Amino acid sequence: MADKKIRVLIAKPGLDGHDRGAKVIARALRDAGMEVIYTGLRQSPEMIAEAALQEDVNVIGLSILSGAHLVLVPRVIELVRANGQHDVKVFVGGIIPEDDIPALTAAGVSAIYGPGTSTTKVVEEILAAFPAV
Amino acid sequence: MMDLDTVTTGNRLALSRLLTEVENDTQTGRDALDRLFVRAGRAHLVGITGAPGTGKSSLVSCLAKHIRSELGMSVAVVAVDPSSPFTGGAILGDRVRMRDLAGDTGVFIRSMASRGALGGLARATAGVVQVLDAAGFDFVLIETVGAGQSEVDIARLAHTTIVIEAPGLGDDIQAIKAGILEIADILVINKADLPGAENTERALRANLDLGYTPRMLHNSTHMATANDSAQEGAQGWVPPVLKTIATQSVGMADVLSSIKAHRDYLQQTGLWKVRDQERLKAEVTHLLQTTLMQRWQRSVSQEKYEAILDQVYDREISPGAAIDILMNE
Ligand SMILES: Nc1nc2c(ncn2[C@@H]2O[C@H](COP(=O)(O)OP(=O)(O)OP(=O)(O)O)[C@@H](O)[C@H]2O)c(=O)[nH]1
Ligand SMILES: [Mg+2]
Repeated sequence: MADKKIRVLIAKPGLDGHDRGAKVIARALRDAGMEVIYTGLRQSPEMIAEAALQEDVNVIGLSILSGAHLVLVPRVIELVRANGQHDVKVFVGGIIPEDDIPALTAAGVSAIYGPGTSTTKVVEEILAAFPAV
Repeated sequence: MMDLDTVTTGNRLALSRLLTEVENDTQTGRDALDRLFVRAGRAHLVGITGAPGTGKSSLVSCLAKHIRSELGMSVAVVAVDPSSPFTGGAILGDRVRMRDLAGDTGVFIRSMASRGALGGLARATAGVVQVLDAAGFDFVLIETVGAGQSEVDIARLAHTTIVIEAPGLGDDIQAIKAGILEIADILVINKADLPGAENTERALRANLDLGYTPRMLHNSTHMATANDSAQEGAQGWVPPVLKTIATQSVGMADVLSSIKAHRDYLQQTGLWKVRDQERLKAEVTHLLQTTLMQRWQRSVSQEKYEAILDQVYDREISPGAAIDILMNE
């Protein structure tokens, strides 16, 4: 019988080599019953959009520390929408300066989680966004 | 009703969404499988199995890349990872090793969680593979969960099954005992750059010499359906033992030529058809069982069923007698 799961792509764009945060969030989402596709370090926006398309995800979580978020995040969203995935939600985790938040929101980011955000909050917001799945 | 032409003409979004419907076993997914069935059956299905960490994903990536550059044929990858039995969630990490395939439109990679199934594949894997086959991919490479046990499901689904071993797992002999050799059409010792590869190879070859009986001979369905030449042929295939270094693209030409040789062998002996028939027969039998069960359940009330069970519990009637009563409802 029909058996649906929320599918989440956790990706790490940019060049920095740290994925602790990404792994912590991946585990928290798995523990909440989601299927998490983890793609590893140093993903280009093109690679992320391609994976999101092939995996038909509901959510993309971008883990960013490198400071290049104002370029990378809008680019990912642009590519994902161009692929026709209009309902995919994109959230960003990492160190994002206060001043950059409006630009990211305008680009279509649905949530930004700074350092120290509880994983419970992330889980609850995703579950709330996809009640039917 | 879904327009399936989009799927078979290369619309990746439509394909990806259909895979989700099939994976979720929705009515849309089932209808699509029914209608796509006649278009499937062309792809070469290659299973890749072996204990965790032996390099399945790395090899899949490298092999897919080799198929692309040498043959120019299209490749779909289905990579299965385990679901957590406690939460039902999963982390699907096989793509991490497949980044070299990014950006190639002749490749399509899909990760699947096992969703409670134990045989190394998810219940919906066969359906997902059928869709990719019907979508026109020349090869479908299927990476199993990698329990390291005898993984019969993949041998049943794939035309060619590659079993990967790696040195330094400590328990090579155990894996061999578990019957994994019986499903191997091709044996790969990956991580040939690591110490111990020679030992692994020796252990494997010794086991092959000692105990190997081709898988066809174990299987009564094959005996019933295969013609004589197919049975002779079954004895004619000795699984090659190959060494690879997946992280450095070493040995891929041999793996690919063995896959092609195995395909030729299956086709020449008629076993290609036999394997397909066997899989389809199992599928029909399984569907028949489920359908009959459902039909029967609709015909007998739950109260009646429980009343008869109670009689069995009280040892008034035997299970066999209970069936006689229930079937005569
Ligand atoms: N030295 C060496 N390392 C390898 C080779 N092939 C793979 N690896 C490494 O082995 C580790 C596991 O590789 P994977 O390809 O993820 O193995 P897997 O069998 O898919 O693992 P699971 O899907 O988790 O069961 C990685 O760190 C790879 O880089 C090889 O030929 N030589
Ligand atoms: Mg793997």
